[in-house]
Amino acid sequence: MFPELNNLLGTTPDGTEQGKLTLLCDAKTDGSFLVHHFLSFYLKANCKVCFVALVQSFSHYNIVAQKLGVSLTAAREQGQLVFLEGLKSSVDIFFHAQEEPHPLQFLREASAGNLQSLYQFVRDSLKPVDSGETPWKFPVLLVDNLSVLLSLGLEAVAVLDFMQYCRATVCCELKGNVVALVHDNRDAEDKENGILLNGLSHQSHLVLRAEGLATGFCKDVHGQLRILWRRLQPTARRDQSLTYQYKIQDKNVSFFAKGMSPAIL
Amino acid sequence: MAAAATCGAGVLSSGCVASTAGRSSTTSFQRRSKASGADGGGPRLLSIAGTRPSVRNGQLLVSTGLPALDQLLGGGLAVGTVLLIEEDKYSIYSPLLFKYFLAEGIVNGHTLLVASAKEKPADILQELPAPLLDDNGKKELEDVHNSKTPESDVNMKIAWRYQLQPKMQVGPVSSSRFGHYYDVSKRIPQELLGSSKWHGFFLPEHITSDLKGEPCSLSGDYMKLLQFIQNIIYTEGFDGSNPQKKQKNILRIGIQNFGSPFWGDDICCTENSDNSHRLTKFFYVLRGLLRTSLSACIITMPTHLIQNKAITARVRNLSDTVVGLESFIGSEKETNSLYKDYHGLIHIRKIPRLNNLTCDESDVKDLAFKLKRKLFTIEFLTEAAAH
Repeated sequence: MFPELNNLLGTTPDGTEQGKLTLLCDAKTDGSFLVHHFLSFYLKANCKVCFVALVQSFSHYNIVAQKLGVSLTAAREQGQLVFLEGLKSSVDIFFHAQEEPHPLQFLREASAGNLQSLYQFVRDSLKPVDSGETPWKFPVLLVDNLSVLLSLGLEAVAVLDFMQYCRATVCCELKGNVVALVHDNRDAEDKENGILLNGLSHQSHLVLRAEGLATGFCKDVHGQLRILWRRLQPTARRDQSLTYQYKIQDKNVSFFAKGMSPAIL
Repeated sequence: MAAAATCGAGVLSSGCVASTAGRSSTTSFQRRSKASGADGGGPRLLSIAGTRPSVRNGQLLVSTGLPALDQLLGGGLAVGTVLLIEEDKYSIYSPLLFKYFLAEGIVNGHTLLVASAKEKPADILQELPAPLLDDNGKKELEDVHNSKTPESDVNMKIAWRYQLQPKMQVGPVSSSRFGHYYDVSKRIPQELLGSSKWHGFFLPEHITSDLKGEPCSLSGDYMKLLQFIQNIIYTEGFDGSNPQKKQKNILRIGIQNFGSPFWGDDICCTENSDNSHRLTKFFYVLRGLLRTSLSACIITMPTHLIQNKAITARVRNLSDTVVGLESFIGSEKETNSLYKDYHGLIHIRKIPRLNNLTCDESDVKDLAFKLKRKLFTIEFLTEAAAH
């Protein structure tokens, strides 16, 4: 996790809100550093994490997590982390016959399917065992990323349904958190993706949006992060929004106010 | 970026080598320290010809065949990833990059898999450019391809005691250079082609065979290509499924003109294609195949023809490295004095961040290319060049 991002968000591994949906999105840049942040953050916070990793391999996340101070292999062995490796599973589904239903069952279907089997998988991984005693604080679902599901033949509505079910189970029933990454292809006129992004934005409590700089590439400032806290209850308080610029380094990401990059001060 | 890896015993300076990828959770990205993983205390893992570890994270890299492009991509193309070349308007320069990639594979002794729907793979291979080698390079090249034939016994006159010793196991003689230069005006010599190992996938030849097993959701053509690739990877052990294999090698996959009407896809013809997800699904499953094997893939796509920009965006998101070519032919830039020495612009749209938060992006984004009589060069576009 990045300590500076924790300060900006006002959270620590020991005290963080539960029952929230956090939406990560990136536009014209790579927002995967946010996924790495939340993965190591929740593992350090002693939560049970179900990570649906659709775009990279396990060793990729593991190597980066080790730089951030967390070992995914250890977490997996202890049962703290349930890791679904999408790339490896897709090869298994396509080329080897599967007997039991697989979480990514929709890959075999010719027409647009649904994510029911994936939801079952998430629910089975995160719901506490019968005894009710669990060493972990609360469950967390992390998805990297949802836009890939659209590329795999699903419709935006199916993905939104899946997120709705997950939110109902993980946030409301189990008092856990859900974090998901969605790409923003707005200038590419990707309508399905736009529907997904808008739909999730309205449901989320916290939106972190990583954007490339409007002026183009810069060596010292890699992008801009917009943080939007949304109040979903109809209270008088309005949504709060903050913008920072960031620079990604080898083991950390540093944040600073707009125009205050250390390189130019 | 100096490409001087030591040859012979293949000891890597960073101590990271590619591990085999099997049905277990290891992928080709996993580091393995020199101390562990010895086969019964036997010989250390020898490096694979034509590869080197990345300076940044030890990731295994192969050359694209263009040293200038290697440098712009952060040292080379990572093994297990897809390089997407967005073709220029009349597809004049992108076949060159495609051929450089394949020629580099032949020079390094890698296995090739060439897939095309327009040209026969054998014809594509005939047109590969000839490598430019100095004398050292020529000798190494002979060794790479004649490594099976034992050296003739040379009678030692002075050090005759040494003749009785068992012959030293010279490891896989790898070409000590990473990245070679090619002469585009000459064809690759036939002996090089003849001693190389390659598999061809020519779509019209596969079009009538039936699919085994249940019909899958991919279009028949893409599914056949995926099965062909998976078959080669599995039978030749690129995914570590055959640990008895003496020498690990890289599989270089080249797919040309992908997504064009030749492949039976209509994304270049209509805006609302019903089957647009076939292409993106192919990219996803291909990524899964590559991540679990010692292979690297180049795909050229006529993205300028794709009507629905959303598909282009999705394909770019699903590829690891994306390079776009923009040629000046027929555009108003042709008469622009700034560009008069060049044939087009090259855009490095995306570089992967593998095992890392950061990546080695080049600081300069204005890059132009020029095809001289013998060489394809990439240069930084500066104001000085205009005068």
